[in-house]
Amino acid sequence: MSRHALTALALRSAAIGYVLCLILLPLTAIGFQSFEDGLTRFLDDIQQPQAKAALILTIEAALLTTMINAVFGTLSAWVLVRYDFPGRAFLNALVDLPFAIPTLVAGIMIAAVYGATSPIGAWLLKGGIEVLYNVPGIVLAMLFVTMPFTIRALQPVLMELERDQEEAAYTLGATPWQAFRRVTVPSVLPGLLTGVFLTFVRALGEFGSVVIVAGNIPLKTQVAAVYVYGEIESYNPQGATSVSVVVLIVSFLALMLLERLTRPPDERLPVLLTRVLNAQWLVLHSNSKLKIQN
Amino acid sequence: MRGLFISVVWVYFAALLIGPIAYLCVQAFGGGLTVFLNEVVRPEAVHGFWLTAEITLIVLLLNVIFGTVTAMVLARQRFWGQTFLSGLIDLPFSVSPVITGFMLILLVGPGTILGTWFGTMEMKILYALPAMILVTLFVTFPFVVRELTPILLAIGTESEEAARTLGANEWQIFLRVTLPAIRWGMIYGATLTIARAIGEFGAVLVVSGNILQLTQTATLHIYQSYVDFNYVGAYAVAAVLLAVSFLILMILELVKTRSSAVTEQSISIPMVQP
Repeated sequence: MSRHALTALALRSAAIGYVLCLILLPLTAIGFQSFEDGLTRFLDDIQQPQAKAALILTIEAALLTTMINAVFGTLSAWVLVRYDFPGRAFLNALVDLPFAIPTLVAGIMIAAVYGATSPIGAWLLKGGIEVLYNVPGIVLAMLFVTMPFTIRALQPVLMELERDQEEAAYTLGATPWQAFRRVTVPSVLPGLLTGVFLTFVRALGEFGSVVIVAGNIPLKTQVAAVYVYGEIESYNPQGATSVSVVVLIVSFLALMLLERLTRPPDERLPVLLTRVLNAQWLVLHSNSKLKIQN
Repeated sequence: MRGLFISVVWVYFAALLIGPIAYLCVQAFGGGLTVFLNEVVRPEAVHGFWLTAEITLIVLLLNVIFGTVTAMVLARQRFWGQTFLSGLIDLPFSVSPVITGFMLILLVGPGTILGTWFGTMEMKILYALPAMILVTLFVTFPFVVRELTPILLAIGTESEEAARTLGANEWQIFLRVTLPAIRWGMIYGATLTIARAIGEFGAVLVVSGNILQLTQTATLHIYQSYVDFNYVGAYAVAAVLLAVSFLILMILELVKTRSSAVTEQSISIPMVQP
């Protein structure tokens, strides 16, 4: 064996060993723990009123977040790409901020602004809208941490979608609606789906910001991650495991669905989740292409 | 229409981002600079900053080393199970931080095989620094790997092979040929690692035990202050971390412009699929 081949083998062993120990081993631990007492126990655990309420609330809040994020994210991406207005570069630079701000700090900021002690919170409360320790607060926190996903997934697509394609459609006699439906929608759909699914998965697991704004009221504002934390704190690993496994399974299913939906038709069988997760990575990065001059 | 759209986007950004950030700053400095400084130099806060710095530094070092090795292996070698390995690397992105911490408890907690073994070795993992480092390594692992793999694929192996024919050894090839080509990507991944390591909360909360002045990082200190109704303290330290996030974002922008040539390439190239 040459020195080169020997080095290659050593590097490979180190990389594989590291990844297996750091990532696969913990996952195996939770897999074993969840089905140690059998499937019935697992089903019993997630049927507990508190666990069930937490799971349903989490999925509902994540879905609501995803919808709002899809609408406003698309609009924001569109406005940032297509319109020139004062402050555009400023807003574009702000988009990445939620990736850099610690989620706990995000939660504290939202709790401060929308809490009863702030002018805005007091005004909303007078209007009958209770944000903090309630579902609107949870959705706001989830929106904050997922804000960049749709915007950053759509911006490069919208930039590439030359306006002349739409204009060509007009010249060919298309109505604005037809041009939108036949030209714009098909080209932005993969990007939009990526942003939307990543938002959903991120919202499902969010903890740091939600734990501050939700207030941990069982059956009312306790999301799954907060429930899991509570179960760990009260030494009930079994309950924590079952709810964790449900969240993990829903996340993986969502990502697999995304993989199926965005896979080009000519591609081979799904290559695990890799491609999808690479897409997530791309989203995180796409802004390097987006130097918007103002 | 155009005016309406722009106004809606401004309102959306103001409600979610600008408003909360501005209000936090007002709250943190509202009582005057002395109050702010008092909260920031409190022994618990200072301890938190130091612990966060310590964890971040160790994680940064390990992550850059193993991230680079893993990226080199993924980009330069073909082996059985490569797709699976590549998929595993991305998993931390989709696992809730609380669940990350919980998985480690299940793995090395009291009563488990590994936990007992570490116990007989008299090594304290859980509710101590090692566990906090391990979960932070878990959540930050994809950053360097995902940054470097596309760049390594883009630069190809020609220069490395040329160096090899000229008699360079593996270490010289890495230092003189590979490293200069990937260094900006490495800095970018390292900066993302720093950002995530400083901000990590859920996973660290679960495995640290949140012991005052012992395993309390900066984020844990903010949380503790907040639940103890010391809002001024929580806002002050949160404002410090917020400033750090701004700094990190600026570094990222700077690195991006420096490395735009390489990054641009890396974006157009799909990830390796063996």
